[in-house]
Amino acid sequence: MIPPAFEYLRPKTIPEAITLLQQHGEDAKILSGGQSLIPMMKLRIARPAYLIDINRISGLSYIKEEDGFLKIGGLTREAELEASSLVRAKYPILIDTAHVIADPQVRNLATVAGNLAHGDPANDHPATMLALDAQVVATGSRGERVIAIEDFFLSLFSTALQPDEILTEIRIPLALPHSGGAYFKLERKVGDFATAAVAAQVTLDRSGAVQKVGIGLTNVGPTPIKVQKAENFLRGKKPDEANIRQAAQLAADDAQPSSDLRGPAEYKKGLIKELAKRALARAAERAGK
Amino acid sequence: MAKKQLITVKVNGREREAAVEPRLLLVHFIRESLQLTGTHIGCDTSHCGACTVVLNGKTVKSCTMFAVQADGAEILTVEGLASSAGQLHALQEGFKQEHGLQCGFCTPGMLMSSYALLHNNPNPSEEEIRRGISGNLCRCTGYQNIVGAVQYAAAKMGKAESEAHVAEGVAQ
Repeated sequence: MIPPAFEYLRPKTIPEAITLLQQHGEDAKILSGGQSLIPMMKLRIARPAYLIDINRISGLSYIKEEDGFLKIGGLTREAELEASSLVRAKYPILIDTAHVIADPQVRNLATVAGNLAHGDPANDHPATMLALDAQVVATGSRGERVIAIEDFFLSLFSTALQPDEILTEIRIPLALPHSGGAYFKLERKVGDFATAAVAAQVTLDRSGAVQKVGIGLTNVGPTPIKVQKAENFLRGKKPDEANIRQAAQLAADDAQPSSDLRGPAEYKKGLIKELAKRALARAAERAGK
Repeated sequence: MAKKQLITVKVNGREREAAVEPRLLLVHFIRESLQLTGTHIGCDTSHCGACTVVLNGKTVKSCTMFAVQADGAEILTVEGLASSAGQLHALQEGFKQEHGLQCGFCTPGMLMSSYALLHNNPNPSEEEIRRGISGNLCRCTGYQNIVGAVQYAAAKMGKAESEAHVAEGVAQ
């Protein structure tokens, strides 16, 4: 399949890239990992007139703890996230997530920021970032602004990014002591989108009760879903089997799946309940260590 | 038609220069411009991994990347695995010895993924091998013999390595 013709632009700096975005507006797309965009261009679902390749911009590839956040650069690849000893030690939910995204070749190119900026509710990092209460940094012609991840996903394939903005950094609040997270996904085969998936992150207090909790759902609605009812229910309670079961039910109640090739809506609701149970139990277990 | 762009890439050790249309996919550049047809086009939708090449040390699906993006890169394709004297790479030998292929269509991609796997992890467990080739589909073998082929190559490469160390020690 041959994609439609486009002009290829390769800026060396962020300001240069933003100028190009301003010039070409909605006719331009950012080319980062390209692992969603290029298949869409080949299917001619996407037909950008200009591709702005940001891969040669230096200084956008990093994973570091700084100023109260784990910061992930806008060009950090999924494979780099998977290989990070810092992430492995302190943010296991990110490893769970990166592990089940597409396949090794795709993860070598695909970026974490692209996984969010694409705005696809079937992507895996959005739910995880909702569970982690992350923020994203959007850099545009008026400088940088920080967007809470809860305000980022507007509708199907639509995010809070303006046409002249680039997602340059992801910020995750530093892992607190006694916190842990997990991501559970059911996929039909390696590389498939989730039939459904659940991300859960919990922090326990001294008594072992849930102090902080975040739960996000993948591919069961037009956007990734943060299930606040389930979070509110669990806060202040012990993460025992009965409470986890109740929270998982509340999470399933908030899912809005549609029936498709991956299964009927009712099945997906049931799946969310089961995956939420498993994700919360694993998160609590990791937090307790 | 968009303006052609001049790119330079090093493929299997040889520098190649070409003017390419931006929309030209890397796999078409490799197969049609360079006439290296060992790299296959399977699904053309980023699922099957038949088009896998090693780019700057990492496996990529060459059907899901534009040739212009590879400007300045070093690429290894299946043609670059055997020595110039025609001696098979340990992986190629392994696939032959262990019957790691039947129809052979997925084999170039399997070889390149296995090559990158062994480069990063010379002594992988069976699970690590299965995970390493999880982006490559084979519709014939059921994967069992492919895993065996990679194990064969890992053992052979490990043995060659330790013999080299011994020889080095003797020389010293």
